[in-house]
Amino acid sequence: MVEVTLSAPLGMISLRGDHGDAALREAVTAVTGTAFPERLRIEGTSERGAAWMSPDELLIFVPRDEAVAAVARLSEALAGVHHLVADVSDMRVCLRLDGPGAREVLAKLSPADLHPEAFGPGTFRRSRLGQLAAGFWLEGEGARVICFRSLADYALALLRQSGRDGAVGYY
Amino acid sequence: MSTRLSRGGRLIDRSRPLTFTFDGHPYRGFAGDTLASALLANGQMMVGRSFKYHRPRGLVASGHEEPNGLVNLGAGERMEPNQRATVTPLKDGMVALSQNRFPSLDLDLGVVNDTLLGRFLPAGFYYKTFMWPRSFWKHVYEPFIRKSAGLGRVPEGRDPDRYEHFHAHVDVLVAGGGIAGLSAALAAGRSGQRVLLLEQAPHWGGRALVDEPEIDGTPAAYWVERTVAALEAMPNVRLRLNTQVSGVYDHGYVIACEQLDGAGPRQRLWRIRTKRIVSAIGAIERPLAFAGNDVPGVMLASAMRDYLVNWGVSVGDRVAIVTNNDDAYRTALAVHRAGLIVPVIVDARPNPSGELVRQARELGLRIEAGRGIAKVKGRGRVTGVSLCALAGEGAAIEDIGCDAVAMSGGWTPSVHLWSHCGGGLRWDEGQAMFRPDPAKPPRTHDGSVLVVPAGSSEGELRTGAVLESGLRAGAMAAGGEVLATVAARDAEEGPILPVWIMPQGAPTALKRKMWLDFQNDVKVSDVELAAREGFQSVEHAKRYTTLGMATDQGKLSNVNGLAVLSQSLHKAIPQVGTTTFRPPYTPLTLGTIAGVAKEELFQPIRKTAIHGWHERHGATWEPVGLWRRPFAYLRPGEHVENAVNREVLAVRNGVGLLDASTLGKIVVKGPDAGRFLDMMYTNVMSTLPVGKCRYGLMCSENGFLMDDGVVIRLGEDAWLCHTTTGGADRIHAHMEDWLQCEWHDWKVYTANLTEEWAQVAVAGPRARDVLAKLGGLDLSPEALPFMTFREGKLGPFDARVHRISFSGELSFEVAVPANQGLALWEALVQAGAEWGVTPYGTEAMHVLRAEKGYIMIGEETDGTVIPQDLNLGWAVSKKKADFLGKRAQERVHMANPGRWLLVGLETLDRSVLPEGAYILGRGENTNGQKNTEGRITSTYFSATLDRGIAMALLDRGPERMGQVVRVARKGGEPVEARVVDPVLYDKAGERLNG
Repeated sequence: MVEVTLSAPLGMISLRGDHGDAALREAVTAVTGTAFPERLRIEGTSERGAAWMSPDELLIFVPRDEAVAAVARLSEALAGVHHLVADVSDMRVCLRLDGPGAREVLAKLSPADLHPEAFGPGTFRRSRLGQLAAGFWLEGEGARVICFRSLADYALALLRQSGRDGAVGYY
Repeated sequence: MSTRLSRGGRLIDRSRPLTFTFDGHPYRGFAGDTLASALLANGQMMVGRSFKYHRPRGLVASGHEEPNGLVNLGAGERMEPNQRATVTPLKDGMVALSQNRFPSLDLDLGVVNDTLLGRFLPAGFYYKTFMWPRSFWKHVYEPFIRKSAGLGRVPEGRDPDRYEHFHAHVDVLVAGGGIAGLSAALAAGRSGQRVLLLEQAPHWGGRALVDEPEIDGTPAAYWVERTVAALEAMPNVRLRLNTQVSGVYDHGYVIACEQLDGAGPRQRLWRIRTKRIVSAIGAIERPLAFAGNDVPGVMLASAMRDYLVNWGVSVGDRVAIVTNNDDAYRTALAVHRAGLIVPVIVDARPNPSGELVRQARELGLRIEAGRGIAKVKGRGRVTGVSLCALAGEGAAIEDIGCDAVAMSGGWTPSVHLWSHCGGGLRWDEGQAMFRPDPAKPPRTHDGSVLVVPAGSSEGELRTGAVLESGLRAGAMAAGGEVLATVAARDAEEGPILPVWIMPQGAPTALKRKMWLDFQNDVKVSDVELAAREGFQSVEHAKRYTTLGMATDQGKLSNVNGLAVLSQSLHKAIPQVGTTTFRPPYTPLTLGTIAGVAKEELFQPIRKTAIHGWHERHGATWEPVGLWRRPFAYLRPGEHVENAVNREVLAVRNGVGLLDASTLGKIVVKGPDAGRFLDMMYTNVMSTLPVGKCRYGLMCSENGFLMDDGVVIRLGEDAWLCHTTTGGADRIHAHMEDWLQCEWHDWKVYTANLTEEWAQVAVAGPRARDVLAKLGGLDLSPEALPFMTFREGKLGPFDARVHRISFSGELSFEVAVPANQGLALWEALVQAGAEWGVTPYGTEAMHVLRAEKGYIMIGEETDGTVIPQDLNLGWAVSKKKADFLGKRAQERVHMANPGRWLLVGLETLDRSVLPEGAYILGRGENTNGQKNTEGRITSTYFSATLDRGIAMALLDRGPERMGQVVRVARKGGEPVEARVVDPVLYDKAGERLNG
């Protein structure tokens, strides 16, 4: 129903800065080629895109081998703008939830509203999955979850067990 | 005898017989039976013994309010105590055991409590009987109470079942799928909002399907079926059976427990966030208090009707009815229609006159108006009743033979969900019931009404009013329009007569046999005694008598109990009030609350990139926060102490490797970052040159040391702060707290990048040799002096190499992107092989730092220690205008020279001091305890020095070098230790500068 696997390594960049700053918005969209992600949004995908992490923090996705160059590009574009950019490709893992049951698997674990009205394509939630801090969104034929790398084994086991426990029949 | 009738039973499927056992007896039932209906069908009236007196007890109810029908269900590790037979669906092969009896249900030795000890177990017996003599408590009373405390047996072994949670966000949650809940869901559903309807039973419709009123011109069953179909067709409505709403909490948070049947989890805990709740959870019939009302065969009138209509079970051939209202006549009529005998209807009212009463009269049933039951005859089973005048003292007028008694004292709306978040109640004099007070609703965050009551849980008992109430509640909850009322037809009813004791002038002898709380054995006499002894508050009387404190939480007993209390206190019922309604509605098993978090998922374990290697190389673990760090690496046959000693010596004499990845790493960047760090740390960080490292201390506002670590300057406006392993998240939150709440205009960003890097400490005289073999970065003393760092390629690795030391040896901490961590570690193991490179764990790390006199957050600090206590005044700036903790550290108590200060200790006999032990002072305090003048903060065996070493906080410690102090030891003479400098190894620091 839901297959849970560890995604291939992603290029991930953490960017803190003023989301209202035109230079920052431009620097981000120049790297991602997508719109700038507003509150609770992800634009693009885990291959190339940007997710809203907090009112002054983004997580930018680029192909793994472009991460170092993208950080340099952002730093250059933001010279003189107060910001913090860091390559965090190794800090988190990304898990794939493939299958139609992905939404219910997440709803077993997260207190966030996952009704299709509230959690559709392009919605990005930073929330909890059981005892884990995690971010998740819909992508492909399912969902993606990011969490700290140290918790990868636990996250895999948790999501797989929740999948094995079967459909709830709610969504 | 109770038995199965040849016809009837709308819930059972007679083509699907099931077998089960009760106390080892094989019995048969049908699919659709509950365990209770199947027991009755097999003539098993008696199902348990009461808690205190071990009186024989039979089923009283047919739902969650059942106080007596509790069984041990299942066998072995799946055995579960206190399962309610009335709501347990019968399954093939089910194994049930009765509770609270020894050796068997029929022959019970505990019954002695009733006959002999009964007089000694009155209300408050815990507080009275067992007070004296004192020595009896331990040897007589406590063992006795322990033996009698609690029902059922503890399950054996671990619970093998799985459980799960599910979160749902809705606009309207409707609790209860009777006709009130269905109509509420219908009205709410029309609004298009998200509606969730939950029903605890395995079927919709509630009591309407038993009593069969006419709804919308059709039988109730047909209306229910149509309405459920209409709801299922609404895309915004979700319906679920077998799911009981357990509790309502603030802000519209609700939990509900779903019973599952299948290969997956056994139960699912629904965690629901809703804007509005409709409470349509019905009402519960009240027992009447007459002598012998607990004899098996005495049952609620509605329950008796349920067993007949739902499961085709007759409770007895001759059923006497005793009532103060019209509803019980439905039972009389149902019993009569089933071809059984109703010898008498004892009606407390002088002139019963409703439509049902007329029907009973027309059928020729004998009605005794203005009468009560003086007492029930029989012990293990009803054999008859004695009639008396209700107004009198219980003189028997006539004995009537019967084998069952159906009682009804009126109905109590289930207001639990209304009241969980504070909904108030009002006393409805006419209907003799507490019902939700619309003037005192539970409110949510914005002041709007959180719970809307509907149907009989609102206090409406007639079908038409129930439906109207449901439609109104649904519309109100959804903020929509009220739908047109559905026409309904049921019998006109006459008024109820409140009756709390039967007969009204009953003497104490009768009151001692009138049960209020069947499960906890609380009688009318107990409540009256409590009142006489001064318990005026219903909450106090409840705890004193234990009324309503059993697993049924007083669903049957509360109103009767407080009515008796109010009479005894000569107060009106509303003046006495009810006890507090608290979730859950019925007990939840702990497994449900834990959900998926069991066994390997019990708690997350954080693993570094090198965790697997440690695991494969004999690591024994130390939990640090959620991390597991290697404590020591055991070689085959090696004991932990030996491993630690070996690791310590390897670092001192050769080279060791420590996985330091768990250390917190927080980047702080921005034009105001230096200024910010000068506030965060006690020493100056803004002056740190780029490329250099500085050890820093962090204090709370109150001056206490909260974390320490090495800060490095990455660039003109960027620093990297290392924190302790356990401190990473806390310190990051601390920084953000100050930045967001206090200094929001400072231009500083932080990022907790702890997990981005793996970090390895390479420590020991051979450390540079090992790293040199990897090639790349110049790590010579000239290129990389102590307390500096460099970034670049180290062999194939993208490294940042810090020249810092927590061991006192030549030491490098190498940070690489976490995905390179394992490869780096393995490369170092390989490169160091010729020098016997040794992985070492946290315990060796502790010993090494203690030999050097380095403090450890959490060992030398405990939240009451300031840097000055630890001789770290050198790291507290005197120049800075301000930093967090500065002002606090200037306060008199902090600056007091009499504080306990850090010293080293060496035992005279070279032994290892006990952890946390106190250093004894002179004399004794006023309590006759020895005075203390210090305590041990760290203590280890030092393999380097071949003796026990310790660090301690000692009164004026540094002034007392060379003195001998006495350290307390549990169960032995104090140990003598000499006060020494805490730096016991390489005081000049030649080794780490090497």
